[in-house]
Amino acid sequence: CQSVCSSVPQFTNSPTMIVLVGLPARGKTYISKKLTRYLNWIGVPTKVFNVGQYRREAVRSYSNFEFFRPDNEEAMKIRKACALSALKDVSAYFTQDHGQVAVFDATNTTRERREVILSFAKEYGYKVFFVESICDDPEIIAENIKQVKLSSPDYVNCDKDEAVADFLKRIECYKVTYVPLDDDCDRNLSYIKIFNVGSRYLVNRVQDHIQSRIVYYLMNIHVTPRTIYLCRHGESDLNLLGRIGGDSGLSSRGNKFAAALGKYIRSQCIPDLKIWTSHMKRTIQTAEAVGVPYEQWKALNEIDAGVCEEMTYEEIQEHYPEEFALRDQDKYRYRYPKGESYEDLVHRLEPVIMELERQENVLVVCHQAVMRCLLAYFLDKSADELPYLKCPLHTVLKLTPVAYGCKVESVFLNVEAVNTHRDRPVVSVNTHAQTHTETGLW
Amino acid sequence: MDDEMEACVPTPSRELTQNPLKKIWMPCKKNGLPEKHIFQRKVCMTNCPTLIVTVGLPARGKTYISKKLTRYLNWIGVPTKEFNVGQYRRECVKIYKSFEFFRPDNEEGLKIRKQCASAALNDVRQYLTEEGGQVAVFDATNTTRERRETIMRFADQNGFKVFFVESVCEDPDVIAENIVQVKLGSPDYRHCNTEQAVEDFMKRIKCYENSYEPLDEVLDRELSFIKIIDVGRRYLVNRVLDHIQSRIVYYLMNIHITPRSIYLCRHGESDLNVKGRIGGDSGLSSRGKAFACCLAKFIHAQDIPDLKVWTSQMKRTIQTAEALGVPYEQWKALNEIDAGVCEELMYEEIQQRHPLEFALRDQDKYRYRYPKGESYEDLVQRLEPVIMELERQENILVICHQAVMRCLLAYFLDKTAEELPYLKCPLHTVLKLTPVAYGCKVESIFLKVEAVNTHRERPENVDVTRMTEEALLTVPAHQMSTCTGLRRPPYRLYLLTSDPTVGPPTLAGLTPCSRGPDL
Repeated sequence: CQSVCSSVPQFTNSPTMIVLVGLPARGKTYISKKLTRYLNWIGVPTKVFNVGQYRREAVRSYSNFEFFRPDNEEAMKIRKACALSALKDVSAYFTQDHGQVAVFDATNTTRERREVILSFAKEYGYKVFFVESICDDPEIIAENIKQVKLSSPDYVNCDKDEAVADFLKRIECYKVTYVPLDDDCDRNLSYIKIFNVGSRYLVNRVQDHIQSRIVYYLMNIHVTPRTIYLCRHGESDLNLLGRIGGDSGLSSRGNKFAAALGKYIRSQCIPDLKIWTSHMKRTIQTAEAVGVPYEQWKALNEIDAGVCEEMTYEEIQEHYPEEFALRDQDKYRYRYPKGESYEDLVHRLEPVIMELERQENVLVVCHQAVMRCLLAYFLDKSADELPYLKCPLHTVLKLTPVAYGCKVESVFLNVEAVNTHRDRPVVSVNTHAQTHTETGLW
Repeated sequence: MDDEMEACVPTPSRELTQNPLKKIWMPCKKNGLPEKHIFQRKVCMTNCPTLIVTVGLPARGKTYISKKLTRYLNWIGVPTKEFNVGQYRRECVKIYKSFEFFRPDNEEGLKIRKQCASAALNDVRQYLTEEGGQVAVFDATNTTRERRETIMRFADQNGFKVFFVESVCEDPDVIAENIVQVKLGSPDYRHCNTEQAVEDFMKRIKCYENSYEPLDEVLDRELSFIKIIDVGRRYLVNRVLDHIQSRIVYYLMNIHITPRSIYLCRHGESDLNVKGRIGGDSGLSSRGKAFACCLAKFIHAQDIPDLKVWTSQMKRTIQTAEALGVPYEQWKALNEIDAGVCEELMYEEIQQRHPLEFALRDQDKYRYRYPKGESYEDLVQRLEPVIMELERQENILVICHQAVMRCLLAYFLDKTAEELPYLKCPLHTVLKLTPVAYGCKVESIFLKVEAVNTHRERPENVDVTRMTEEALLTVPAHQMSTCTGLRRPPYRLYLLTSDPTVGPPTLAGLTPCSRGPDL
């Protein structure tokens, strides 16, 4: 009798379509991109299908809001064709590309359009989960338009006021035919309605684990401006010796960095800054120098290198040459014997990310592998890129959410430290002898 | 502030000292004693205690939700207590006569009920301000806006945050089932037959219906609440203020009341078990393999629809699951507690090499963290997503490990942190948990394949100055290697014969080992 086992808990067998609903400038694309980034990071292959983009490809240049008038039959035909083309790609993504979740980002404001999607999903056996964003706060809408519409390809040659006026008329075109999800008529559908950027939610018929996780995530994110600072502990004694892992204290340069960090943070004048560290001595010593209360998270501990803990690179090559080669083959999935993999690390860090989403200004003092995972989340890096992201010692990364992504500034605090970064090797992993131009650790 | 002139001289940071029990680094004062300054990540980082207030007509599951939520919060480490106003009423009015007590025009009744609510709120205040409570669950109908305003004023005066949990349900089948499950057995209806009780209770509900003012999207838009509609079909969530409220909402949205069974067991006996060694990643012994086959037979005989099977990522649980011949999922989170430097050691070796650690562990087994390893407290945190998914699931068999199983069992059976590490989870024994009324029925099924005992009771002497013999007094019997060269003190081996219910470790109930181990 065959036993099928999986190494990660299965979320769902049927692929899921997340269908956005809402007038323009309600944050649908923001939600789509953020949700997609989150799902991919936790290991659920997800992709966004933005119908507006299909429309821009079909109609090379955008003239004005008249395109969106409900009585513009020519345009209606094009818009419907774009939606169907996007659905076709959704299908290909699920069947050929092994996607698990597709985010269908469009207004989907009419019951008719939603029926088309539901029939499509039913035909192919996909689950559907609607995410509707409802907002009547004119300030929020104005801010959205400013942040993401003015720079849209549609308005590339317009002056600001013209663009805003046109966009508002565009919204009016949709309002005429907008039928929000209805608590009564749509009671058998699975959906979440988000009111006014999260002050209220209505959740209906959550079907499975992934939908439950999506709801939890959507209920924890916010759009309040804030800054996240990521850095590693100061240089440690083991860093100096070229040894990985362990729980050593700071070297004298590491202590200098800690002081510089304190100075830098104070100069940033950050209101209500929270500071998080791991349970390891070196991050705590670093935070101590900043002089404000900090929280210790065991989940922020460095990756457990198992049998390789506290070894030098040379020792690992000597004692575990095969392990070393395997790691280079797939650094993301490779698990140290009796230790962890980057993949395990992501799983362990998920509650940290969830709480980071809830928080506002935070400084996270952590470790190389941990920082790579967190950075990959914020900068939407793939599992392939993640283990090779550059997170040097004594350098603070300042992340500021902007438009659909994250602005990142790198601030080196002028205290020298060893380099602990090992690039992806170019030689074939079948040869055991490796020459490395960089001294340093992996 | 003239930054350019300020030299970047590292202020001598405070020295760090590592707490020997939990292995937490914290700053210490000049005299070497730890500062109280730093925070360790706790679930509830808010300084404000939280008052959860249930809202709803009778038989809408308020007490079910209150008890379950309280159990969950305590398990994840948030001190929580429920205050059921109905119980205060029962203490006040010794004998319940009929629904007439609840008539809205019964002034005497109303006075008593109001007093009971006040008494309960008083106890809430004491719990949250003097007894170290973090969350209080105020379980009552709270169906009028007036009553809710009273509660909010109380909370405001005391600096508590308020979060309402309303349960709205009009499905007559669900209500009828609730009444059968929990009302018929209530002290109120002790002397009634079923029909009388049901009839009276329905009239009781009617008494509340006329004055019921549900939480309103518009009128109550400034309040923080979740409205649960039709046992979870739909939720309305308003103004979640902080982390703990967000966790509560997530939890409430994942629980269900569909009948199902949860089966918990450990892997079959492993080679390291036989040797009396902890941790590691060994395979099954021959008896362990025999158990796996018996488990397969047992599971097939139970004829469980849509059974999911979960294992850890350690060889012994996977080998056990393989014998079942059905698909299973591996969870790293179900791996056994990491014993760090003590991995694969025998207790005798731990005592020999790390006698201080061994004593500390006996002093506080829940919080004790192995050097470079984990504590039970860490394990609970690691297992929280497993519990969340267990709540979502229906019929499920979890094949795991001793410490892990103790944590899961403590969640289902509402055991304290003190009891948890001593819960009895013997090898080759399946625990079948069935939710019933407000709790969980547990059946223990020993599958008749002998195995070593791996349960070590707390010895009497936990002092760091104790003798080796005292430390090893409660070590269970196991195979001894003839060439370990360990000094084997003459001590009696006891086989614990009691069935798996918890009890404080006592010498009563211990019988001398009749089957000698392979010494």
